[in-house]
Amino acid sequence: MAPYEPEQNTSESGGPRAGRRKAARYVVPVAVAGVAAATIGLVPALATSGDPDLPDVTAQELIEKIAASDTQQLSGNVKISTDLGLPSFGGDLAGGFAPGGGGGSDEGGDGEGSAADPQAKLMELASGTHTLRVAADGPDKQKLSVLDDAAEYSLIHNGDDVWAYDSKSNEAYHSKTEGKAREKAQGKDSGDNSGKENLPEGVPATPKELAEEALKAVDDTTSVKVDGTAQVAGRDAYRLVIKPKQAGSTVGQITVAVDAKTGTPLKFTLSPAGGGSAVVDAGFTKVDFGKPAASTFDFTPPKGAKVTEADDAKSGEREHGFKDGGKDFGGKEFKGGQDRDGLDGLNGLNVMGKGWNSIAELELPGGQGIPTAGSGDVPPDAQRLLDSLGDQVSGEFGSGTVFKTRLVNALITEDGKVYAGAVTKDALVKAANSATAAK
Amino acid sequence: MSRAEVDDVRVASGPREVRRIWTFGLFRSELGITFRRWRTLALLGVLAAVPILVGVAVKIETSDGSTLGGGGEGGGPAFIAQITNNGLFLVFTALAATLPFFLPMAVGVVAGDSIAGESSAGTLRYLLVAPAGRTRLLLVKYATTMTFCLVATLVVALSALTVGALLFPLGEVTTISGTRIGFGEGLLRALLIALVVAASLIGVAALGLFVSTLTSSGIAAMATTVGLLITIQILDQIPQLHAIHPYFFSHYWLSFADLMREPVYWDELLKNLGLQGLYAALFGSAAWARFGAKDITA
Repeated sequence: MAPYEPEQNTSESGGPRAGRRKAARYVVPVAVAGVAAATIGLVPALATSGDPDLPDVTAQELIEKIAASDTQQLSGNVKISTDLGLPSFGGDLAGGFAPGGGGGSDEGGDGEGSAADPQAKLMELASGTHTLRVAADGPDKQKLSVLDDAAEYSLIHNGDDVWAYDSKSNEAYHSKTEGKAREKAQGKDSGDNSGKENLPEGVPATPKELAEEALKAVDDTTSVKVDGTAQVAGRDAYRLVIKPKQAGSTVGQITVAVDAKTGTPLKFTLSPAGGGSAVVDAGFTKVDFGKPAASTFDFTPPKGAKVTEADDAKSGEREHGFKDGGKDFGGKEFKGGQDRDGLDGLNGLNVMGKGWNSIAELELPGGQGIPTAGSGDVPPDAQRLLDSLGDQVSGEFGSGTVFKTRLVNALITEDGKVYAGAVTKDALVKAANSATAAK
Repeated sequence: MSRAEVDDVRVASGPREVRRIWTFGLFRSELGITFRRWRTLALLGVLAAVPILVGVAVKIETSDGSTLGGGGEGGGPAFIAQITNNGLFLVFTALAATLPFFLPMAVGVVAGDSIAGESSAGTLRYLLVAPAGRTRLLLVKYATTMTFCLVATLVVALSALTVGALLFPLGEVTTISGTRIGFGEGLLRALLIALVVAASLIGVAALGLFVSTLTSSGIAAMATTVGLLITIQILDQIPQLHAIHPYFFSHYWLSFADLMREPVYWDELLKNLGLQGLYAALFGSAAWARFGAKDITA
């Protein structure tokens, strides 16, 4: 072996050979770039190829398998992407749909809300992409963590306690679950629902919760079938496809990947009828059916953390904020009008149609609608903003504004009626017309 | 085994031994030159001042017993809300505050100067006259830059730990997942985080080294490296470019905070380290190609 590197002699020797040698050196970085690009491009493609070979099952069997599935212990990572097609106002519009919930975090300084309030926080899941960590050990111990940049939001249910901890603001939120809360609240008139709504299941976030909501909507207006298999989080799964039969719904189809061994839903995808990317896409990226460490569910608020007790927070504020907003996102579009008790903040609720095409009709408090152009109630600038948010429509019912998202559309008429549902604009107008004609 | 063979082995191992000593000697002298420079010391001084500034500011703001920022939305660098309860968090806050700009800027200055600085000072040809070889000189320069990455990160971390211990209580650490770990494990995680932060700078160091082989002006190389750093940081903020964001060397920098989760969330950490390795391989080989074929005129 030569004692010294040869290049110092050759590089300055000049001539065409040296030139070729120079060029040959650049092959190395180019090759490195090529290998890197190939790895980045090919590895995901190879990893997802090949659907597993599983024995055939019918849709009925699969649904029964989900229902019978008794997964008590589970931990894993969930990736949830939501694209409701809301106009992006700093990403906080979801808060606008839930006045109390969204406002609570803004008014944190007033002591009325807490940055760790679960209802305010979970509304953030209604837009964008989030990584969640879930762990469960039986019905008494659950943990849900939302991983943010350099911060984490944890919701921990352990026995009688529900803790929420927001590491970014170092605030904690504490409430007692049903049994204890009942006893505590007996002297108060707000006791009837304070316990239930504090459970961390207000907004369905895991594929299992989402799938259960979807299966509740299954009736004769729905077609359900098993459509092949897939690999989710390294596990073999069946794909269950749920499709509305009627036209007019904005829901295209719902796909649920069900773990072949345990019957646990692993991935939930809701595609809009209009095509494009999924409205809701929630799936495990990693899942483990072993028992999570007991310490996972231990929580003591750290020294100096601001702790808000659930009883201290105004119950009225939460009632309006979460019950309305939460049901809008979490419940209505899936439940198809079967469970509307949460909308008690508004009066005159009336459900029209059935199945996927059901439309909620309700009156805005005070009987005032959104003013349309020319009514002169609002300054022109504000009017223009309102107009840009929705489409003006008119029909036998008069005129109104349709507010559209990719899933839920709402028609607000001039006289303060609201028609909302996971249906198209035309279906809303038709519903409004028929409602007016019936009177 | 015959005598001749033994002799062969001895003959072969002789120059290699010499070569290793040479490399080590070159590395040591490079380290000495780099860390004895006033410029390097000033950079380290600025880095050490950041945690002091943050710590004192937090102490003053919370001295009347109030919580930081009224307990609202939690602005400022990551972990800043927890500093008052545990001084160890000042380490994480200081690293989160310096990682986006101060640390890579310092690394950019040292890396950009490594070859081009010698070139503009007219000392590069003398370095190459010594029997070191270009590849080895490049490796030594890169190793020196990486050592500076590590030292700079440790300076920030140690300064923060000292200030944190002096101004705030220490004790059990609450991870951002809400679980608790002992102070010893907290220290261990702080060390791990410092190492990850140092490793996050590998990409910038390789980029700086490559830029440094392109020009013979030290200032130009430093300015280009820092300019590229700022450009990448700005591009990383533009949502329309999200498709290429995962390939920016700075994109996963803040993933070091994932070490404070319980259990640790490795996905982005590994992505970050892989990305830094990719940058090192790509720009390292590009620098080798350029430097090996370059005419040294100064």
